[in-house]
Amino acid sequence: MLIYTARRILYTLPIMLGVALVCFALVHISPGDPLVSVLPPDASEELRLRMMQIYGFDRSYVEQFLIWLGRALQGDLGNSIATGRPVAAEVWGAVGNTLMLAVVATIIGFTLGCLFGFVAGYFRDTWIDKLASFISVIGVSVPHYWLGMVLVIIFSVQLNWLPATGAGPGGSSAWVWDWEHVRHLILPAVTMSVIPMGIVARTVRALVADILSQEFVSGLRAKGLLDRGVLAHVIKNAAPTALAVMGLQLGYLLGGSILIETVFSWPGTGFLLGQAIFQRDLPLLQGTILVLALFFVVLNLLVDVVQTALDPRVQRS
Amino acid sequence: MAATAEQLQALARIEKSPGYWQTVGRRLMRDPVAVGAGIIILILLSLAIFAPWIAPHDPYHGRMLGRLSPIGTPGHPLGTDELGRDMLSRLIYGGRLSLFMGITPVFIAFFVGSAIGVAAGYIGGTFNSIVMRTLDVLFAFPSVLLAIALSGALGAGIVNGLIALTVVFIPPIARIAESVTTSVRKLEYVEAARASGANAFTVVRVHVLGNVLGPIFVYATSLISVSMILAAGLSFLGLGVRPPEPEWGLMLNTLRNAIYVQPWLAALPGVMIFLTSISFNLLSDGLRSAMDIKT
Repeated sequence: MLIYTARRILYTLPIMLGVALVCFALVHISPGDPLVSVLPPDASEELRLRMMQIYGFDRSYVEQFLIWLGRALQGDLGNSIATGRPVAAEVWGAVGNTLMLAVVATIIGFTLGCLFGFVAGYFRDTWIDKLASFISVIGVSVPHYWLGMVLVIIFSVQLNWLPATGAGPGGSSAWVWDWEHVRHLILPAVTMSVIPMGIVARTVRALVADILSQEFVSGLRAKGLLDRGVLAHVIKNAAPTALAVMGLQLGYLLGGSILIETVFSWPGTGFLLGQAIFQRDLPLLQGTILVLALFFVVLNLLVDVVQTALDPRVQRS
Repeated sequence: MAATAEQLQALARIEKSPGYWQTVGRRLMRDPVAVGAGIIILILLSLAIFAPWIAPHDPYHGRMLGRLSPIGTPGHPLGTDELGRDMLSRLIYGGRLSLFMGITPVFIAFFVGSAIGVAAGYIGGTFNSIVMRTLDVLFAFPSVLLAIALSGALGAGIVNGLIALTVVFIPPIARIAESVTTSVRKLEYVEAARASGANAFTVVRVHVLGNVLGPIFVYATSLISVSMILAAGLSFLGLGVRPPEPEWGLMLNTLRNAIYVQPWLAALPGVMIFLTSISFNLLSDGLRSAMDIKT
């Protein structure tokens, strides 16, 4: 197990390096002068060259990458071109809000997904299965940003029960556990939970149906075990895979929250990305994407290690 | 003698079993959900193709006096948008760009990804490792993030959106193609074909593609659903299609400010995205069970 974990970590290092390289390259595939948003339109050639030196754009790509990587390893992601503030601080401020949203959404999605998937798999090929499976297809097919709009229309515009945008009263972006903040969280979290709900339900349905069709289940039944007892065996067998899917979904939600955060003006990393894109703030874009992608890589690693610990069969295959 | 030949021919006709694709087609036709989804897709495609003949109004022509008319306005059955343009016409025309933006990336990625995967799987060794480890790096990004990062860096526009989405879909397709190819390459009949002098091209064409294309095709049809949502999502963020073109995601974006005035009108373009996406998903599910693919 220890050797496996060590090997898995070693294997992750080159991927992290690759991720850093892609993030670095993002700035260089973007067309136009990266300084265009800092310099006044009538900037002299001299000023332009000085700025290029300050930002390091006059060196070779390899040098630039190594310098950038070295700084990133020390937690310095450069300064935002638009605001001049350090990118790392901006990203860390936003990560907490996105994490909050994604974790709550994953919990809701996982609970509902397990429920629907389990019922569908247990009553396989009956109308209950068809209904539960249809709900999960809706979950994976619905454009979630549109669902967010529809929920806002119903619960904010028509019923006026819940706030439509923001993370707290008066546009506050710091999270506090009180009713006002929870009220702001409900709509975006429910919207976001639909994707993992559909995927978890599909996975769990397949797992449960597969486990129930195996011989040991017939054996348990023949032994006289009640449905409740069989259920415990099914859960024990399905749990590692279901948990792994949940972990990955959390990662996808963290990285893919931009659309939902835009709909609800939720002050997280997605919102930050949106700003970075429209102000052509490339250091901010680069830094946010690097942090989110590294989060995803580490989460993948954790999921793998935990899954192997829970279910030793995974390691052997 | 002549009679015997005829009899033999008749016998041959009886014993000729239907081909693989025929069986799949027949099974698919017996699946009402898949047939329904297929019909909806055909209708959406025809609406997009024949838009100039079907749409009642010019989708670009707006009237400042008739802005945001409600659903059911005479002459505008689905109302008008924030610039007074006919919603029904814009939804019909919108299918052109939306379906194009959703399907094209998967279509290109299908060919590029299969080629990469089959090459990596067939050649194997170091080449395989280099290719697959490179793809692993792209896998390290959540797909939405990668699509937005690329199109954000490249800038708004239809072509940049297409490039970003294609890059996102190549790795998963290549990975499936690689794993199927690797397992097929080790089969005895493929080895026998190679031993009997078939060159790489023939082995790939006859044996490998026959096994690889089915699973990838099913996977690709399910990707179209994701691609439709993502492509419209890029335009929704202002990254894909630019105004005044009619496109469902962009329409959803520009109508967002109108949700307090005409809430249900503002939600209409999303219904089209949802309908397309769920139809492709259901068709893909039907295809998967008709072709009996497990993964």
